[in-house]
Amino acid sequence: MSAASGYYIPHEAKWPIVGSVGLFLFFMGFGRLLNGQALGTTTLLIGLAIIVVMMFGWFSLVVKESESGIYNSQVDVSFRMSMMWFIFSEVMFFGAFFGALFYARQFSGPWLSGDGGGGAAMTNAVLWNGFDYTWPNNGPDKIGAGFASNQSFSAMGWFGLPLINTLLLLTSGVTCTIAHHAIKDGNHKKMVRWLAATVALGTVFVFCQAFEYYEAYAHLNLKMTTGIYGSTFFMLTGFHGFHVTMGAVMLFFVMLRGMKKHFTAENHFAFEAAAWYWHFVDVVWLGLFIFVYLI
Amino acid sequence: MSGYGAHADHDEHDHHGPAPGLKRWLYTTNHKDIGTLYLWFSLSMFFIGGAMALIIRAELFSPGIQIVDPMFFNSMTTMHAIVMIFGLVMPAFVGLANWMIPMMIGAPDMALPRLNNWSFWIMPFAFTILLSTLFMDSGGPAGGWTLYPPLTLQMGDSFAFVIFAIHFMGISSVMGSINIVATIFNMRAPGMTLMKMPLFVWTWLITAFLLIATIPVFAGAVTMLLTDRYFGTSFFSAAGGGDPVMFQHIFWFFGHPEVYILILPAFGIISSIIPTFARKPLFGYDSMVYATASIAFLSFIVWAHHMFTTGMPLAAELFFMFSTMMISVPTGVKVFNWVATMWKGSMTFETPMLFAIGFVIMFTIGGLSGLMLAITPADIQYHDTYFVVAHFHYVLVPGAVYSLLAATYYWIPKWTGNMYDEKLGKIHFWTSTVFVNVLFFPMHFVGLAGMPRRIPDYSLQFADWNAIASIGAFGFGFSQLIFLWVVIKCIRGGKKATDEVWEGSVGLEWTVPSPAPYHTFEEAPPVAVINKNHF
Ligand code: HEM
Ligand SMILES: [Cu+2]
Repeated sequence: MSAASGYYIPHEAKWPIVGSVGLFLFFMGFGRLLNGQALGTTTLLIGLAIIVVMMFGWFSLVVKESESGIYNSQVDVSFRMSMMWFIFSEVMFFGAFFGALFYARQFSGPWLSGDGGGGAAMTNAVLWNGFDYTWPNNGPDKIGAGFASNQSFSAMGWFGLPLINTLLLLTSGVTCTIAHHAIKDGNHKKMVRWLAATVALGTVFVFCQAFEYYEAYAHLNLKMTTGIYGSTFFMLTGFHGFHVTMGAVMLFFVMLRGMKKHFTAENHFAFEAAAWYWHFVDVVWLGLFIFVYLI
Repeated sequence: MSGYGAHADHDEHDHHGPAPGLKRWLYTTNHKDIGTLYLWFSLSMFFIGGAMALIIRAELFSPGIQIVDPMFFNSMTTMHAIVMIFGLVMPAFVGLANWMIPMMIGAPDMALPRLNNWSFWIMPFAFTILLSTLFMDSGGPAGGWTLYPPLTLQMGDSFAFVIFAIHFMGISSVMGSINIVATIFNMRAPGMTLMKMPLFVWTWLITAFLLIATIPVFAGAVTMLLTDRYFGTSFFSAAGGGDPVMFQHIFWFFGHPEVYILILPAFGIISSIIPTFARKPLFGYDSMVYATASIAFLSFIVWAHHMFTTGMPLAAELFFMFSTMMISVPTGVKVFNWVATMWKGSMTFETPMLFAIGFVIMFTIGGLSGLMLAITPADIQYHDTYFVVAHFHYVLVPGAVYSLLAATYYWIPKWTGNMYDEKLGKIHFWTSTVFVNVLFFPMHFVGLAGMPRRIPDYSLQFADWNAIASIGAFGFGFSQLIFLWVVIKCIRGGKKATDEVWEGSVGLEWTVPSPAPYHTFEEAPPVAVINKNHF
């Protein structure tokens, strides 16, 4: 915080406005796509392309500045704090979906089948007569499965792919930590090697998850539209899978920078930020494994 | 005292001054430029949202459907709320944070200046999406700002755009808040310890925490709405095992902290202004900090007071009743401290002080009606009536909005280097204050008598008070044109302001020249100066 080292303030920011235009087109396009209006997909893709260009441009600029050594330790601390608070905001985002899962399982499900006093028994008798709540559930109208076609759906078991995925992610947490120790020793080669392993594990995870979705749709009759179970299952695992993908991309770029020997034993914030993020998706997965798959 | 302020002035030669033309505003990383952009943006939203309110009040001037069609009326109530909350009050506070926090803590700028630029430049785009829905075939959102399903899911094509506009603004809020937290924790000048920070900085720190914690939850809630509507999920559909009431829980888990997001920075502003014009240090600085923190904590465990009539187990009704009433305790501490600060002070009543005193009195009226609403059995009568409308308008208009007006009068000499027109300022205060009460006080009466909110027509017995409220509305609305005039006039010239601006002013921002140079505190202020300039 010493003033002697001088504060650092970047003087111009050209990328943010590009990012805003990109996001604007992305959202407008997505909205039009959802409504089946003309040019939705095109607008969405243009927006997405602009966002990708913006990310490349902005991050390259920051990397270049960082490599030229103009950042001081105060900037470094600002970056660290921002990343931590950003991860905290992500935790809260997942919290909303976990909250929905708990609420549906603990409260609204039993109420629908008449438990819990108040008017619940009456509601059940009048509106959903005969509905008996058990988890997994897709509601009294058996939304998404069984209602029209009289089929039923199966829940996703924890054994098999989900367990393998758990092991994959836990292992990747370990390899990531080994890579961190490597860079702390200034060993770029070792860091890159273990990071490659981490990215590989992450990628395999995403592929397993995709295969699991295929299984769900093809064989279990379990879809996003399968009532509250399908909703919570696909939204939680889907957002998590998206975050794993993002984390893997981050680690991949950190690896590329490692190959260019960008880091030092003391100064490797980009690595740490990506690693924190990786551990965060790891922990979220454990929550998913326990609350979505196991119990 | 202004030694290093002048120093910053002279330093400007080695640094970029503002870039010429439009580029300055598009690319700026300067906290003062970005603050200015935020403030102008929110002022324009104030008038757009205000025009919507006047459409509502024009329709409600007399019973029967007179001017607008009911669907449009509903989209006016919905849009008015979203524009005022997310377009006026929140960005205006962020604008003030940008201008003032670095100067108050002796920092050269915000911690992440580029991100700061992005936080602002999202806002015009997000509001373009939001406001464009009014011109779509389906009309704008009309299910209320609380977006309750299943009603909200029946919206036309504009639905998707409203949801995405909210996501978009959310990105801005979270980035802005992260920036503020990093600035406060990491950019304070040496010697500026946490407990020396002005209360505006403290309240913003806690507000930023609330934002980072709850905006993502809101984003999650509207995402679920989106997938329920377009992707066939059943989060809020009982037929699929979900529950529409669940939305209300998730929404208000965000929504109640949100109302504190709208008021905590106002507390900080008032806590800066009252000591200046009472020429006394703030009474109970420490207790102010702790009260703010406890309000923030409690705000997470009171959300279901918005749902007393929705249906909850009895234990939950009781829990939320008591937790809500508990919030009045730290709020009361604050009001007590403001009054105690004024006690035996040598007070003068310049415009910022008038607005601050108006705030204390009228915010307290809103707080007391809140306390009435917190009583579950009473709320079963009051809920969804104009009494609730009266409550939240008392805390938001002569509350949050008055704090913004007070802040502008208080700091505009520092921003522009000119004093504003005191006479016009006083006229603005008195017309606003008379009309705001004419506007909102009768709403208590019609509310208690049972007039429901969010409807374009009403029973004849409510006619008189509604006509009076509408007169108040137009009076209040047009009074704000005086404000616009004062601001423009002050930018264009006026009596030169001194560095201290106010006789009793305390704080680092008053140690730099007026107008504040483009860069301030490129070198941290000496510890002695910090120690001399805090409560
Ligand atoms: C003393 C503290 C407060 C208490 C005890 C309190 C209590 C309540 C209660 C119980 C309700 C629900 C009424 C109903 O819908 O039946 C309510 C509504 C509301 N309050 Fe407060 N409140 C307080 C302060 C505030 C503050 C400081 C703000 C904002 C600056 C605020 C803004 C609102 C808003 C916007 C609503 C209505 C939301 C809607 O339904 O659209 N309140 N308040
Ligand atoms: Cu509330």
